[in-house]
Amino acid sequence: MTIYSIIFYIIAALMIISTGMAVTRENMVHAVLYLVVSFLGSALLFFLLGAPLLGILQVIIYAGAIMVLFLFIVMMIRIEPPERRASPVRHYVAVGVICGIYFGAVVLLMLVSEPAAREPMASAIASPADFGHYLFSRHWLAIEMISLLLLVALIGALHLGLSGMRRRTNKGDAS
Amino acid sequence: MIVPYTHVILLGGILFLIGMVCTITRRNLIMILFGLEIMLNAAAVTFVGAGLQLQQIEGQAIALFILAVAAAEVSVGLALIVCIYRQTGTIDPKCIEGNVCRLE
Repeated sequence: MTIYSIIFYIIAALMIISTGMAVTRENMVHAVLYLVVSFLGSALLFFLLGAPLLGILQVIIYAGAIMVLFLFIVMMIRIEPPERRASPVRHYVAVGVICGIYFGAVVLLMLVSEPAAREPMASAIASPADFGHYLFSRHWLAIEMISLLLLVALIGALHLGLSGMRRRTNKGDAS
Repeated sequence: MIVPYTHVILLGGILFLIGMVCTITRRNLIMILFGLEIMLNAAAVTFVGAGLQLQQIEGQAIALFILAVAAAEVSVGLALIVCIYRQTGTIDPKCIEGNVCRLE
Protein backbone atom coordinates (compact mmCIF):
# COMPACT_ATOMS: atom_id res chain seq x y z
CA MET A 1 0.00 0.00 0.00
CA THR A 2 1.84 3.02 -1.22
CA ILE A 3 1.09 6.65 -0.48
CA TYR A 4 -0.54 6.96 -3.93
CA SER A 5 -3.06 4.25 -3.25
CA ILE A 6 -3.95 5.79 0.10
CA ILE A 7 -4.52 9.13 -1.66
CA PHE A 8 -6.62 7.37 -4.29
CA TYR A 9 -8.91 5.76 -1.72
CA ILE A 10 -9.31 9.03 0.20
CA ILE A 11 -10.23 10.90 -2.99
CA ALA A 12 -12.59 8.12 -4.08
CA ALA A 13 -14.42 8.17 -0.74
CA LEU A 14 -14.64 11.97 -0.88
CA MET A 15 -16.07 11.87 -4.41
CA ILE A 16 -18.66 9.20 -3.65
CA ILE A 17 -19.81 10.90 -0.45
CA SER A 18 -20.07 14.37 -1.96
CA THR A 19 -21.83 13.12 -5.09
CA GLY A 20 -24.27 11.17 -2.96
CA MET A 21 -24.94 14.27 -0.86
CA ALA A 22 -25.39 16.34 -4.03
CA VAL A 23 -28.08 14.17 -5.58
CA THR A 24 -30.14 13.98 -2.39
CA ARG A 25 -30.28 17.66 -1.46
CA GLU A 26 -33.57 19.49 -1.74
CA ASN A 27 -31.88 22.89 -1.91
CA MET A 28 -30.25 23.07 -5.32
CA VAL A 29 -27.61 25.62 -4.28
CA HIS A 30 -26.29 23.08 -1.78
CA ALA A 31 -26.38 20.41 -4.47
CA VAL A 32 -24.25 22.59 -6.77
CA LEU A 33 -21.69 23.21 -4.02
CA TYR A 34 -21.41 19.49 -3.20
CA LEU A 35 -20.99 18.76 -6.88
CA VAL A 36 -18.14 21.28 -7.08
CA VAL A 37 -16.37 19.30 -4.35
CA SER A 38 -16.95 16.11 -6.31
CA PHE A 39 -15.52 17.59 -9.53
CA LEU A 40 -12.50 18.97 -7.69
CA GLY A 41 -12.00 15.44 -6.39
CA SER A 42 -12.05 14.06 -9.91
CA ALA A 43 -9.54 16.73 -10.96
CA LEU A 44 -7.21 15.47 -8.22
CA LEU A 45 -7.81 11.95 -9.47
CA PHE A 46 -6.77 13.01 -12.97
CA PHE A 47 -3.55 14.43 -11.53
CA LEU A 48 -2.98 11.14 -9.70
CA LEU A 49 -3.63 9.08 -12.83
CA GLY A 50 -1.06 11.05 -14.81
CA ALA A 51 -3.15 13.60 -16.70
CA PRO A 52 -2.18 17.04 -15.38
CA LEU A 53 -3.64 18.94 -18.35
CA LEU A 54 -7.00 17.22 -17.93
CA GLY A 55 -6.93 17.94 -14.20
CA ILE A 56 -6.45 21.64 -14.79
CA LEU A 57 -9.12 21.68 -17.52
CA GLN A 58 -11.47 19.89 -15.16
CA VAL A 59 -10.99 22.59 -12.53
CA ILE A 60 -11.44 25.39 -15.07
CA ILE A 61 -14.31 23.99 -17.14
CA TYR A 62 -16.29 21.68 -14.86
CA ALA A 63 -15.77 23.08 -11.37
CA GLY A 64 -15.46 26.63 -12.64
CA ALA A 65 -17.55 27.37 -15.71
CA ILE A 66 -20.25 24.69 -15.77
CA MET A 67 -21.00 24.84 -12.07
CA VAL A 68 -21.14 28.65 -12.08
CA LEU A 69 -23.57 28.40 -15.01
CA PHE A 70 -25.71 25.99 -12.98
CA LEU A 71 -25.58 28.29 -9.96
CA PHE A 72 -26.60 31.21 -12.15
CA ILE A 73 -29.63 29.37 -13.53
CA VAL A 74 -30.63 28.04 -10.11
CA MET A 75 -30.62 31.56 -8.73
CA MET A 76 -32.39 32.98 -11.78
CA ILE A 77 -35.28 30.52 -11.73
CA ARG A 78 -37.67 30.97 -8.85
CA ILE A 79 -38.29 27.48 -7.57
CA GLU A 80 -41.67 27.08 -5.95
CA PRO A 81 -41.48 25.02 -2.79
CA PRO A 82 -42.12 21.58 -4.21
CA GLU A 83 -45.34 19.96 -3.16
CA ARG A 84 -44.18 16.75 -1.55
CA ARG A 85 -45.24 14.34 -4.21
CA ALA A 86 -43.65 10.94 -3.86
CA SER A 87 -42.24 9.46 -7.05
CA PRO A 88 -44.42 6.64 -8.37
CA VAL A 89 -43.37 3.16 -7.37
CA ARG A 90 -42.57 2.22 -10.94
CA HIS A 91 -39.74 4.76 -10.98
CA TYR A 92 -38.11 2.95 -8.09
CA VAL A 93 -38.72 -0.41 -9.70
CA ALA A 94 -37.04 0.89 -12.87
CA VAL A 95 -34.12 2.20 -10.81
CA GLY A 96 -33.77 -1.11 -9.02
CA VAL A 97 -33.80 -3.16 -12.21
CA ILE A 98 -31.37 -0.88 -14.04
CA CYS A 99 -29.02 -0.69 -11.06
CA GLY A 100 -29.09 -4.46 -10.66
CA ILE A 101 -28.26 -5.12 -14.31
CA TYR A 102 -25.63 -2.41 -14.36
CA PHE A 103 -23.93 -3.40 -11.15
CA GLY A 104 -23.93 -7.02 -12.25
CA ALA A 105 -22.18 -5.92 -15.45
CA VAL A 106 -19.51 -4.00 -13.51
CA VAL A 107 -18.83 -6.89 -11.16
CA LEU A 108 -18.71 -9.29 -14.10
CA LEU A 109 -16.25 -6.99 -15.83
CA MET A 110 -14.09 -7.04 -12.70
CA LEU A 111 -14.25 -10.82 -12.43
CA VAL A 112 -13.45 -11.64 -16.03
CA SER A 113 -10.75 -9.00 -16.33
CA GLU A 114 -7.37 -10.31 -17.22
CA PRO A 115 -4.94 -10.79 -14.32
CA ALA A 116 -2.94 -7.75 -15.40
CA ALA A 117 -5.89 -5.55 -14.47
CA ARG A 118 -5.69 -6.74 -10.86
CA GLU A 119 -2.07 -5.76 -10.43
CA PRO A 120 -1.47 -2.21 -9.25
CA MET A 121 -0.97 0.10 -12.21
CA ALA A 122 2.45 1.54 -12.87
CA SER A 123 2.37 5.30 -12.51
CA ALA A 124 3.07 7.31 -15.63
CA ILE A 125 2.56 10.92 -16.53
CA ALA A 126 1.72 12.55 -19.86
CA SER A 127 3.17 16.04 -19.90
CA PRO A 128 0.83 18.70 -21.33
CA ALA A 129 3.21 19.30 -24.25
CA ASP A 130 3.25 15.63 -25.26
CA PHE A 131 -0.49 15.41 -24.87
CA GLY A 132 -1.03 18.48 -27.05
CA HIS A 133 1.32 17.21 -29.75
CA TYR A 134 -0.44 13.85 -29.78
CA LEU A 135 -3.86 15.49 -29.89
CA PHE A 136 -3.08 17.77 -32.78
CA SER A 137 -1.19 15.18 -34.80
CA ARG A 138 -3.59 12.26 -34.42
CA HIS A 139 -6.94 13.79 -33.60
CA TRP A 140 -6.95 17.10 -35.46
CA LEU A 141 -10.23 16.32 -37.24
CA ALA A 142 -11.95 15.51 -33.96
CA ILE A 143 -10.63 18.76 -32.49
CA GLU A 144 -12.15 20.68 -35.41
CA MET A 145 -15.46 18.86 -34.97
CA ILE A 146 -15.49 19.63 -31.25
CA SER A 147 -14.85 23.30 -31.87
CA LEU A 148 -17.65 23.33 -34.44
CA LEU A 149 -19.91 21.63 -31.91
CA LEU A 150 -19.12 24.30 -29.33
CA LEU A 151 -19.88 27.01 -31.89
CA VAL A 152 -23.22 25.37 -32.75
CA ALA A 153 -24.05 25.05 -29.04
CA LEU A 154 -23.27 28.74 -28.56
CA ILE A 155 -25.49 29.77 -31.47
CA GLY A 156 -28.24 27.40 -30.35
CA ALA A 157 -28.25 28.71 -26.79
CA LEU A 158 -28.30 32.27 -28.08
CA HIS A 159 -31.18 31.49 -30.43
CA LEU A 160 -33.21 29.78 -27.70
CA GLY A 161 -32.71 32.70 -25.35
CA LEU A 162 -33.58 35.29 -27.98
CA SER A 163 -36.67 33.48 -29.27
CA GLY A 164 -38.08 33.18 -25.76
CA MET A 165 -37.52 36.86 -25.21
CA ARG A 166 -39.13 37.82 -28.53
CA ARG A 167 -42.23 35.79 -27.75
CA ARG A 168 -42.54 37.44 -24.38
CA THR A 169 -42.23 40.90 -25.95
CA ASN A 170 -44.97 40.08 -28.49
CA LYS A 171 -47.22 38.86 -25.73
CA GLY A 172 -46.57 42.06 -23.81
CA ASP A 173 -47.55 44.15 -26.87
CA ALA A 174 -50.75 42.21 -27.47
CA SER A 175 -52.06 42.53 -23.94
CA MET B 1 2.45 1.92 -8.20
CA ILE B 2 -1.10 3.12 -7.76
CA VAL B 3 -4.20 0.97 -7.40
CA PRO B 4 -5.45 -1.91 -9.56
CA TYR B 5 -7.47 -0.89 -12.58
CA THR B 6 -10.54 -2.75 -11.31
CA HIS B 7 -10.81 -0.31 -8.42
CA VAL B 8 -10.92 2.60 -10.88
CA ILE B 9 -13.67 0.80 -12.80
CA LEU B 10 -15.55 0.29 -9.55
CA LEU B 11 -15.26 3.98 -8.65
CA GLY B 12 -16.47 5.00 -12.11
CA GLY B 13 -19.30 2.49 -11.87
CA ILE B 14 -20.50 3.78 -8.51
CA LEU B 15 -20.39 7.40 -9.69
CA PHE B 16 -22.28 6.47 -12.87
CA LEU B 17 -24.88 4.67 -10.78
CA ILE B 18 -25.38 7.71 -8.53
CA GLY B 19 -25.83 9.87 -11.61
CA MET B 20 -28.33 7.44 -13.10
CA VAL B 21 -30.37 7.29 -9.90
CA CYS B 22 -30.40 11.09 -9.82
CA THR B 23 -31.55 11.28 -13.43
CA ILE B 24 -34.35 8.77 -13.00
CA THR B 25 -35.81 9.67 -9.63
CA ARG B 26 -35.50 13.45 -9.25
CA ARG B 27 -38.40 15.51 -10.54
CA ASN B 28 -36.59 18.64 -11.47
CA LEU B 29 -35.08 19.38 -14.88
CA ILE B 30 -31.94 20.94 -13.38
CA MET B 31 -31.30 17.88 -11.20
CA ILE B 32 -31.73 15.69 -14.29
CA LEU B 33 -28.96 17.67 -16.01
CA PHE B 34 -26.89 17.23 -12.85
CA GLY B 35 -27.25 13.48 -13.17
CA LEU B 36 -26.09 13.62 -16.79
CA GLU B 37 -23.02 15.62 -15.77
CA ILE B 38 -22.16 13.10 -13.06
CA MET B 39 -22.47 10.23 -15.53
CA LEU B 40 -20.22 11.96 -18.10
CA ASN B 41 -17.67 12.67 -15.40
CA ALA B 42 -17.67 9.03 -14.30
CA ALA B 43 -17.03 7.95 -17.89
CA ALA B 44 -14.12 10.39 -18.13
CA VAL B 45 -12.56 9.02 -14.93
CA THR B 46 -12.82 5.49 -16.27
CA PHE B 47 -11.25 6.50 -19.59
CA VAL B 48 -8.28 8.16 -17.91
CA GLY B 49 -7.80 5.09 -15.73
CA ALA B 50 -7.90 2.83 -18.78
CA GLY B 51 -5.37 5.08 -20.50
CA LEU B 52 -2.99 4.62 -17.58
CA GLN B 53 -3.57 0.88 -17.42
CA LEU B 54 -2.80 0.35 -21.12
CA GLN B 55 -0.06 3.01 -21.15
CA GLN B 56 -1.87 4.79 -23.98
CA ILE B 57 -2.47 8.51 -24.17
CA GLU B 58 -5.66 7.80 -26.14
CA GLY B 59 -7.79 7.61 -22.99
CA GLN B 60 -6.92 11.16 -22.04
CA ALA B 61 -7.84 12.40 -25.53
CA ILE B 62 -11.28 10.80 -25.22
CA ALA B 63 -11.69 12.34 -21.76
CA LEU B 64 -10.93 15.76 -23.26
CA PHE B 65 -13.65 15.24 -25.89
CA ILE B 66 -16.06 14.20 -23.14
CA LEU B 67 -15.28 17.47 -21.36
CA ALA B 68 -16.07 19.52 -24.48
CA VAL B 69 -19.28 17.62 -25.22
CA ALA B 70 -20.41 18.07 -21.61
CA ALA B 71 -19.83 21.82 -21.87
CA ALA B 72 -21.87 22.04 -25.10
CA GLU B 73 -24.64 19.85 -23.71
CA VAL B 74 -24.99 21.80 -20.49
CA SER B 75 -25.16 25.17 -22.24
CA VAL B 76 -27.92 24.09 -24.63
CA GLY B 77 -29.71 22.18 -21.87
CA LEU B 78 -29.77 25.15 -19.54
CA ALA B 79 -30.99 27.42 -22.35
CA LEU B 80 -33.83 24.94 -22.98
CA ILE B 81 -34.67 24.88 -19.28
CA VAL B 82 -34.86 28.66 -19.15
CA CYS B 83 -37.09 28.62 -22.26
CA ILE B 84 -39.38 26.00 -20.70
CA TYR B 85 -39.53 27.97 -17.48
CA ARG B 86 -40.54 31.12 -19.33
CA GLN B 87 -43.34 29.33 -21.19
CA THR B 88 -44.78 27.13 -18.46
CA GLY B 89 -43.58 28.68 -15.22
CA THR B 90 -42.30 25.40 -13.87
CA ILE B 91 -39.35 23.04 -14.27
CA ASP B 92 -41.10 19.92 -13.04
CA PRO B 93 -41.15 17.45 -15.97
CA LYS B 94 -44.48 15.99 -14.85
CA CYS B 95 -46.15 19.40 -14.92
CA ILE B 96 -44.76 20.21 -18.36
CA GLU B 97 -45.90 16.90 -19.80
CA GLY B 98 -49.57 17.06 -18.81
CA ASN B 99 -49.87 20.80 -18.25
CA VAL B 100 -51.28 19.88 -14.86
CA CYS B 101 -49.98 22.54 -12.56
CA ARG B 102 -49.68 25.45 -14.94
CA LEU B 103 -49.29 28.77 -13.20
CA GLU B 104 -51.33 31.53 -14.78
